[in-house]
Amino acid sequence: MLLLAGSVPVENLPLLIGPIKITSYGISIDGHDLTVNRGNEAMMTAATLICQEFKLDNPVGMVAGDTGNRAGSEAIYKYLAENLPDMDADVVTLHYVMPDINLNKKVLATIDTMKKKPVMIADAGTMYVAKAGGDAHYYDVFTPDLGEMAFLADDKADHPAFTRGYIFDLESDVPALIQKANEANNIPDTMFVKGAVDYICLKGKIVETISEPSVEAMEPIGGTGDLITGMISALLYAGKSPLEACLIAGHVNRLAGLLAKPTPATQVAEILTFLPEALYKVLEKLG
Amino acid sequence: MKWFRKKKTKKTDDAELDLVTRGLLIFAHPTTVISVEEILKDEGYSIRVVSPPPSYRTGCDLSVEFPLAAESNITKLLNNVGMAPLDVVPITSEGMEPLHFVRSKEFDGDFLMIRAANMKMTVYKPTREIVNVSGGGCPDVPYLATEMIGKCLSDVSSPGEVGYSLCAYSLNTSYEELVRALGD
Repeated sequence: MLLLAGSVPVENLPLLIGPIKITSYGISIDGHDLTVNRGNEAMMTAATLICQEFKLDNPVGMVAGDTGNRAGSEAIYKYLAENLPDMDADVVTLHYVMPDINLNKKVLATIDTMKKKPVMIADAGTMYVAKAGGDAHYYDVFTPDLGEMAFLADDKADHPAFTRGYIFDLESDVPALIQKANEANNIPDTMFVKGAVDYICLKGKIVETISEPSVEAMEPIGGTGDLITGMISALLYAGKSPLEACLIAGHVNRLAGLLAKPTPATQVAEILTFLPEALYKVLEKLG
Repeated sequence: MKWFRKKKTKKTDDAELDLVTRGLLIFAHPTTVISVEEILKDEGYSIRVVSPPPSYRTGCDLSVEFPLAAESNITKLLNNVGMAPLDVVPITSEGMEPLHFVRSKEFDGDFLMIRAANMKMTVYKPTREIVNVSGGGCPDVPYLATEMIGKCLSDVSSPGEVGYSLCAYSLNTSYEELVRALGD
C-alpha cells in the first residue's frame, strides 16, 4: 500500500484516512472533497494518476485540516506514531506538516519497532523536521528545491528561514551544497533537487541531471514540486528503482509543463491535466 | 607575558558580562514575533529576532532577543497589548537570525517574482495581482496561497498577520519586498 500523509488547508477538518479518488471537483478521501490547489492535494493527485497508469491500487490518503495552528499536523503525527505498524504500508510519503521535532521522533520510534520498514519519502515540513532533528537517515528520498537544498547544507539551521547568508549565496553551486549536506549527514540515500537543472543524487553523489525541456514559467508556479514528490512516490510503489523513479518524474514534470504552455500565473491544476500524456510519452522515450 | 594574560582574562570577563545582559522572549508562533518586533522597535528598544535556545525548539520557532534591563517594562507593554510571552529566559549565546536576503526575477517583463529563503511570491505588475505563491513546507503556506492568489497586494492581509510559521515569516519578507518594489 502507498500511504500519502499531510495536512490540508481546511479549518477544523478531522483526520481522514481512505483511498484517494480523483473526482471532477479534485480529490476525495473518506467522502470529503478536496480542491486541488497545491501541497498535499497536488502531490496526492499526481501519485494517484501514476498508480492508475500502472494499474495499481489507488494510494491511501491521510489528511487533517491545518491552517497553521498545528492541530491537524499533531493529529497526523499522533496517528502515525500509534498506528503505522498496523497499516501495512510499503511506501510512506509525508509532506506538508508543521515541523515538530518531538512528535516526529515519536513516529520514527514507532518505525524502529517495525519488522518491515516502509520506504520513506519526505518533502516540505516533514523534510524540515527530519533534518532539524538529525533524522535524515530514517528516510529514503528527499525532494528539496534550491532554497531547501541550501537549508540541508547548513548544519546550524533548524528551518530554511535560518539558512545562513553565505550558504544561501552558494545556490549557483548546487554540487557544493549537495556535498556539504552529505558531509553533515543531512540527506538520505536518494535525493531529487528541483531547479532550473534537476539533480538526482544517490548516496551523496550526483548521478543524473535533467535540464530539458526548460520552461522558465514553471519556476513561480506553486505545486510543481509537489507533483514530482507524488510521482516519485507512486513510481517507487510501482517497483521502479530510486534512480528510475526520479528520472521519470523529472522528465514527466518538465514535459507536462511544456504541454501546458504555462505563464507565471498558471496554477498547478492546469499542469496536472497533462500528466498522463506526458507520462505516456516519457515512458515511450525512456523505454 | 603576565601583562598579556591579565588582559585576556579581562576581555573574557567583559564578554561574559555583556552576554548576560540580554534575554529572550519566547512565543508560541513565529508570526506573533513579527508583531512583537514591530511594537518593541516602535518603542525604541534594541531587539533582534532570533532562533530560540535548543530546549524551546520544535523546528519552526522564532524568539525576540532584548535587553534584560528592560524586562519589566517590555513584559508590561506586551501584557497590555495581549501578546504576553510564554517565557522569558536569559541567554548566554547568540541565536541565529532569520534570512532577510531576497532574490528577484522578472518574467516577460510583466511578472515579478521575489524569493526570500524558501518562499516565492509572484505578482502581475500592471495590476499588482498576486498570481502565484510557491515553496515552503509549513501547513499555513497552502492556506496563505489560497487566500492571496488572485488578489491585489493592497487587498490582502500580510502573511505575517495571517500565518503562524517561519515559512509565513519568509513569505512576509517576499510580500514586503514586492510592496516596496511595486507599491500596494
